[in-house]
Amino acid sequence: MHLDSSDFAAIWLTVQLASLTTLLLLVVGTPIAWWLARTRSRLKGPVGAVVALPLVLPPTVLGFYLLVTMGPHGPVGQATQALGLGVLPFTFAGLVVGSVIYSLPFVVQPLQNAFEAIGTRPLEAAATLRASPRDCFFSVVLPLARPGFITAGILGFAHTVGEFGVVLMIGGNIEGRTRVVSVQIYDHVEALEYAQAHWLAGGMVAFSFVVLLLLYTRRRSTPLW
Amino acid sequence: MHDPAAAAAGAVGIEARFRVDYPDFALDVDLRLPGRGVSALYGHSGSGKTTCLRCLAGLEPAARGRLSVNGQVWLDTQAGIALPTHRRPLGYVFQEASLFPHLTVLRNLQFGLKRVPAAQRRVDLDQAVELLGIGHLLARMPAGLSGGERQRVGIARALLASPRLLLMDEPLASLDVARKQEILPYLERLHDELDIPVVYVSHAPQEVVRLADHLVLLEAGRAIASGPIAQTLARLDLPLAMAEDASVVVSGTVAEFDPAYRLMSVRLPGSASRLRVVHAPLPPGSTARLAVKARDVSVALARPQGSSIVNVIPVRVLDMAPAGNPDHILVRLDADGTLLLARITRYSRDQLGLAPGVPAWAQIKAVSVLA
Amino acid sequence: MSVLRIPLFLATLAVSASAAAGEVQVAVAANFTAPMQAIARQFEQDTGHKAVAAFGATGQFYSQIKNGAPFEVFLAADDDRPARLEAEGQTVPGSRFTYAVGALALWSAKPGYVDDQGAVLKQNAFRHLAIANPKAAPYGLAATQLLARLGLAEAVGPKIVEGQSIAQTQQFVATGNAELGFVALSQVYKDGKLTAGSAWRVPASLHDPIKQDAVILAKGQDNPAARAFVDYLKGPKAAGIIESYGYQVVAH
Repeated sequence: MHLDSSDFAAIWLTVQLASLTTLLLLVVGTPIAWWLARTRSRLKGPVGAVVALPLVLPPTVLGFYLLVTMGPHGPVGQATQALGLGVLPFTFAGLVVGSVIYSLPFVVQPLQNAFEAIGTRPLEAAATLRASPRDCFFSVVLPLARPGFITAGILGFAHTVGEFGVVLMIGGNIEGRTRVVSVQIYDHVEALEYAQAHWLAGGMVAFSFVVLLLLYTRRRSTPLW
Repeated sequence: MHDPAAAAAGAVGIEARFRVDYPDFALDVDLRLPGRGVSALYGHSGSGKTTCLRCLAGLEPAARGRLSVNGQVWLDTQAGIALPTHRRPLGYVFQEASLFPHLTVLRNLQFGLKRVPAAQRRVDLDQAVELLGIGHLLARMPAGLSGGERQRVGIARALLASPRLLLMDEPLASLDVARKQEILPYLERLHDELDIPVVYVSHAPQEVVRLADHLVLLEAGRAIASGPIAQTLARLDLPLAMAEDASVVVSGTVAEFDPAYRLMSVRLPGSASRLRVVHAPLPPGSTARLAVKARDVSVALARPQGSSIVNVIPVRVLDMAPAGNPDHILVRLDADGTLLLARITRYSRDQLGLAPGVPAWAQIKAVSVLA
Repeated sequence: MSVLRIPLFLATLAVSASAAAGEVQVAVAANFTAPMQAIARQFEQDTGHKAVAAFGATGQFYSQIKNGAPFEVFLAADDDRPARLEAEGQTVPGSRFTYAVGALALWSAKPGYVDDQGAVLKQNAFRHLAIANPKAAPYGLAATQLLARLGLAEAVGPKIVEGQSIAQTQQFVATGNAELGFVALSQVYKDGKLTAGSAWRVPASLHDPIKQDAVILAKGQDNPAARAFVDYLKGPKAAGIIESYGYQVVAH
């Protein structure tokens, strides 16, 4: 194996980034998905479209705007500086923010679909059995939406692992902090270190395949998402 | 049986006034239902009966009005009171059971039970399981149950929430005839053994006739009739009486049983008249609920002799009305307080000279025993 | 005869026009973007040929050319990649030459931030210093050489952020995310002065010369426009443009 310590550092960093991002997205995405699934307000369309934007925007566009808004002259950057946090580009935290935005639809949409698939009847039944809305969410909605959570988690994780354009724009390629596997592969190719590039890239392909295989074989056995 | 004084003494009753406006439908009802027994909301699909039931449950957020159940106010839009569904001590049985697919039958049953404080529980698990006969199903998942079994579990689950009002939305509609026959006795037992008022939505006359004590007739979002079942079924001014198989409900006390001919005798209240019907014997002194179809009743001026028709009782003509087609007439008859409907030809009316107040004899060709 | 004369006339016009007006596909290193655009305009005016340029990272172009990209001339940011291509037989032999020698600049978008001696580096009061990825861009390599020469590599090391290309490096500095960074002089310099911010023109002696080589690729072998462009690049008009952007031109 031709991989060296910087490659392993990149892999470990990528795992950390993907895990943290997925966790955050499940926490943040659940209320958004729930609202989108249940609301009849006129804002549903616009909010849904905004959530879906990262599906369509080139990652470099997203990354560029993140660079500008999180930078010292942008609104977010000015806020973080005022809070004494410095600026987010070139930091792991900045990558997490970028990844959360970038992978948002991959987590929100499966969750939204799972919630919609449940329908209103189980919720009404639970209410007639003395379950408050909060109680109903934890005792009926979450268990019934569990497959959707698993899908969302897998997709969010895998998508973040594959992230490149956004990291490229705001990462700064700092080993141990922002140099993720996708960038590491790119660097190897640029530097003509093809053997290492093959190992890392091949590893990523194998990982993605296994993940998607898991996702697709699961789907057949569980009817609800 | 339907003595207003008894109803008043037993429970304050249900006062329900609802107004719901949807783009293509509006509900506007003002109902007084007894605080005990089964009240049926009857009407065609689209008449608003399910919407009305949902308003009782608090499942229609757009509903305005006032709802008071045996003294407890659940809704009063003017006073700003609107108890959310989960705070109303009710039980709801949906048309397709709607059991939680991720829980076993036992867990489904415990769902409501767990959420009622122990001090307020009036129904315990064994009671409900025994009442609905589902003891052998407890470990199963809902997906592995038949439609009838699912519905019984749904009813038990609703009961285990110790409701002060049980709402049932066409619980038998999605079942085939055999399943319906299987469950009806359970519903009748519910009626007899539990003291919980029930509001039962249905578009099936047979269910209403079998179960209801009070009948509300809904049409296009309005209640066009509300009253004790026997009286309401016998009203000539409602579409009910004009149906092909229009029936009346007759309650009586079981008197004798003739084993040689298997003839059971039922005495009509406040009367010496009896109706005899071939049936397995019911305990003497118990209440029998009978149904008599209008087309099975004929009228004679003089007591017929030598007829194969067993049941002939003296009546007085109350009033008459067209029967929905130009050649037939409905006649409302009074047998010492028990109301009957007879469907005869216009010709016969004119021949016999029937008019309100005329004494006559009713010949009843068939009587069905409901319970 | 008269019937044929007009179409014949038009046909000869067309042939001679195509003989005169050719097109050449040129891959150009990102740092040479501005000068190339100026040169291409002049080239078309003076010769009628059109130079169609693609701008990007030298390393990327190298991979693409090796895998059959349809470029005919390559203007690299280093001399290493063109040499490799030559060794691998992807070029027209003998066509390689140094078209410019790059100059490094330590630049900040803030006027007055960088002094003209580069002392701000030693002061080390900044949060981020941007350089181009040394593995991929020769200007990045030159920057690391400079830092080593000045003995600042360890002090400044943790603050370094890498852009994937010299263009991205400049972006980091332009948006203020890095207070300063090493960019190609040509990116911030025109007609003898800085276009914005403040800078230290790094003396060429402090790092290995950034020789930028050009070469005609195998695909451009039979394209007269390719040869014409390369000749123009060596000529005095091009030299004038190149120097105005802060590069040094080597005598041919």
